Amino acid sequence: MKLITTLALAAGIALGGIGMASAQELVNEIGGVTIEGNSKVNMFKPEKDQANIERNFQKQPPLIPHSVKGYNITQNFNKCMDCHSKERAEETGATKVAKSHYLDREDNKLKNISPRRYFCMQCHVPQFDAKPLVENTYKPAAKKGE
Amino acid sequence: MMSLKNLMPAWVKRIGVTTALLLFVGGIVFWGGFNWALEATNKESFCISCHEMEENVFREYQNTVHYTNRTGVRATCPDCHVPKEWGPKMVRKIQASNEVLHKILGTIDTPEKFNKKRHELAQHEWDRMKKSDSRECRNCHNYAYMDYTEQGDRPARMHPKAFDEGKTCIDCHKGIAHQLPQIDQHIGKQNEGALEINHGDQPKAAEENAEKK
Repeated sequence: MKLITTLALAAGIALGGIGMASAQELVNEIGGVTIEGNSKVNMFKPEKDQANIERNFQKQPPLIPHSVKGYNITQNFNKCMDCHSKERAEETGATKVAKSHYLDREDNKLKNISPRRYFCMQCHVPQFDAKPLVENTYKPAAKKGE
Repeated sequence: MMSLKNLMPAWVKRIGVTTALLLFVGGIVFWGGFNWALEATNKESFCISCHEMEENVFREYQNTVHYTNRTGVRATCPDCHVPKEWGPKMVRKIQASNEVLHKILGTIDTPEKFNKKRHELAQHEWDRMKKSDSRECRNCHNYAYMDYTEQGDRPARMHPKAFDEGKTCIDCHKGIAHQLPQIDQHIGKQNEGALEINHGDQPKAAEENAEKK
């Protein structure tokens, strides 16, 4: 009886070990780049200010072409809207919030920006010098008239 | 010895040399002590000895560039909130006795009370900065020496424009070291009717142009 228990335990450990090893292999690399190599992307160093980045497809949320270091969105204040709101955009030269942001989910027009658009960086993202993990052959669809 | 006595002014002769010397030394000690006490209340450690400051504004400030940054040069509480020049410093220090009174009264002794008053407290600081042309900012940030080629595209564009319009630092740079009070930014209904931030008055020419449009 004892022998069987020991054998079962040993087998369990061995199998578990194999399982663990293969799991380790799986997460060691993402698209040919090791996790270690991947983590070398410096997430603390945002790209410097640049010109507006062209969109890759229709209705793509425009990318943020500037650093957003220290820009907080709190319950009291939305730093992005300090420049991008329609009241401020002309003076600051920032891109104005799109009209779509004034619609509620039933497409009714609102006087103010819809609260569901409050967290800008859910869709609009700042840029970092991060190389694509896998080769990407994506090409935008032809624009109208092309 | 006779000649030295002749040189002495009449009032020294009247009170005696020893008394005059004691008065002189006493004056130095008094001034040193006064200055020491003044400087003792002009330290970050003194400011955050009150939990009102430590729990609210100090913690918010710890996330900002004036607390921690690349080179470790810091602007502590008094660097921004107490003038450096003697005259304005005395005026501010005397005004601060009102803050001691409210510390005793417990006007802002909980974060809830503090947040309720945040917009009033912030407005006082903005008014003070505006009145002095952001003097405390300019103790370190002198715009005459700004190198726009070193700045990002946005500040390099906005700074000369704003200075031409006669704006001062605080007109645009509000809420850089502490959290802002509730601001109405025309998002949803939540903040409707709250304070609206003033980014400095537009120059007259621009206003006229806007009217023409």
